[in-house]
Amino acid sequence: MSSNINNEVVTPLNLGKRKNINNKIRDNLWGYFFIGPFIIGFLSFTIIPIIASLYFSFTSYDLFSEPRWIGLENYKKMFTDDPRYIHSLKITFIYVFGGVPLRLAFALIVAMLLNVASRAVGLYRTLYYLPSLIGGSVAVAIMWRNIFGDIGIINLAITGLGLDAVRWFGDPTAALWMLIFLSVWQFGSSMLIFLAGLKSIPKSLYEAASVDGANFVQKFIKITLPMLSPIILFNTIMQVISAFMTFVPAFIISKGTGGPLDGTLLYSLYLFKQAFEFFSMGYASAMAWVMLIIIAILTSIIFLTAKYWVHYESEGGR
Amino acid sequence: MLKSKLRYFLFHLIVGGFGILLLYPVIWLLISSFKVSEDIFVTVGSLIPSPFTFDNYTQGWEGFGGNSFGVFIKNTLIFVIFMLIGHLISCSLIAFGFARLKFFGRGFWFAIMIASLMLPYEVVMIPQYVIFSKLGWLNSLAPLVVPAYFGHPFFIFLLVQFIRTIPRELDEAAIIDGCSTFGVYRRIILPLITPALATTAIFTFYWTWDNLLGPVLYLNSPNKYTVSMALNMFLSNDSVSNWGAMFAMSIVTLIPVFGIFFLFQRYVVEGISTSGIKG
Repeated sequence: MSSNINNEVVTPLNLGKRKNINNKIRDNLWGYFFIGPFIIGFLSFTIIPIIASLYFSFTSYDLFSEPRWIGLENYKKMFTDDPRYIHSLKITFIYVFGGVPLRLAFALIVAMLLNVASRAVGLYRTLYYLPSLIGGSVAVAIMWRNIFGDIGIINLAITGLGLDAVRWFGDPTAALWMLIFLSVWQFGSSMLIFLAGLKSIPKSLYEAASVDGANFVQKFIKITLPMLSPIILFNTIMQVISAFMTFVPAFIISKGTGGPLDGTLLYSLYLFKQAFEFFSMGYASAMAWVMLIIIAILTSIIFLTAKYWVHYESEGGR
Repeated sequence: MLKSKLRYFLFHLIVGGFGILLLYPVIWLLISSFKVSEDIFVTVGSLIPSPFTFDNYTQGWEGFGGNSFGVFIKNTLIFVIFMLIGHLISCSLIAFGFARLKFFGRGFWFAIMIASLMLPYEVVMIPQYVIFSKLGWLNSLAPLVVPAYFGHPFFIFLLVQFIRTIPRELDEAAIIDGCSTFGVYRRIILPLITPALATTAIFTFYWTWDNLLGPVLYLNSPNKYTVSMALNMFLSNDSVSNWGAMFAMSIVTLIPVFGIFFLFQRYVVEGISTSGIKG
């Protein structure tokens, strides 16, 4: 991976040694010249803010006067004196653990459907990817808001099926599911990743299984799932993290309020409101730290369980 | 024979039908943007605008606060250009350093970079805001674009992976021919990584075009708004709800997104399938 390209100079031994030291210094200088921008940016836009944020989280700070040290007060308030926070945490969990599995399941099913030799697959792949492509935009959030309106096309379809219309903006649970549906609707990018993974599974495995008389379900459980498991792991982690930080759809669909009755007050939105609407910068910083800890815990749990369900070919299974 | 034909037909019916169902909301948005505003929710189910009108587009284009929608598009394009220059230069330099040069602490900094991928923006959002306000950068593009000149971990990683597939013999040959380290970057690597740079450019465009939180935090005067900010304003201003104009401008903001996708589909699809970038 890293053969040293500059050291291969043919010189008498003692001279070579000095040259080697010079080369090493030069290599280091070049190395830091190239990655220098990253280090400078990392220190100024990440490390310093992280330290400041940790400090703010122990203070009461409104941006206009100096931060005042209050110890663990912010953290205590979050869990004992702010039902809105607990509520926001709860619905964010529902959003993450309702949306991500649904989205991945959809992505996998459609990827398997499309993993056939047909000229039309390219077209379908594009069709299914488009929602993902535009999903992060304000335009789509506006669209979503309107198709779920009291007289929007979703209710038109529901009543068309003979069911009662749902008041998506009247019921906090329905409003949250509206956000979950928006996230599931964008399964296309995961589907593309799964499709690439499916294509890399050797056909011989399936052929051998067929010879042994395995049916579709057996092949899926014994071949497809294990072979895809590293990709599923990667996807799950990335999706959980990004779902936890979802902001734009909640902000647009509720017009920045998190309503109805805080039904769409996802974690990021509540944090944003605390910081830039109520100017509780200290409290919002503490919220950000709890978010970081929750994400770290979730990621480690997924990683720790990975050894039970993720299959690595190079290690001979497991 | 008949059975396989039937299966073929069923496959396309289900897969195609489902695809159209998925895109139905977008089609509905497009068609509604040509309806008279008052009719949109009266004729929700109809896919034929009658009468067909362009008024929504002319009305929406007028924008608000004396700024036409063209101003917002111009602002966003400037934002995009600054981001593109920043990401392309800085990420390619940094990625070259990580992928090709041997120096003390390389593994450490690489691990730091990967770890910073997982860091929620919320953690640095408030202190960054404080820092940028102390620098007097509020209500300007500076807080949004300056960080782009110091690399973005996702793209650095993507480019590192790509550079690693290029044979080292090329670098070595260039060095024997008297090329400096910077020369190897400039003359050997840079021309060979254009596909990965294209992916970087496309996703930089998408993320910048869609960025809402940044402009909401840092841009206050309407003449500096980006398109996503402008749409957000349309939504909050809708006292009488001019749905038509809002839909029309939504469509306008989606056109470049679709356009770039259809022009550079290969890079988009490859970027996602190989690096797991979220679209």
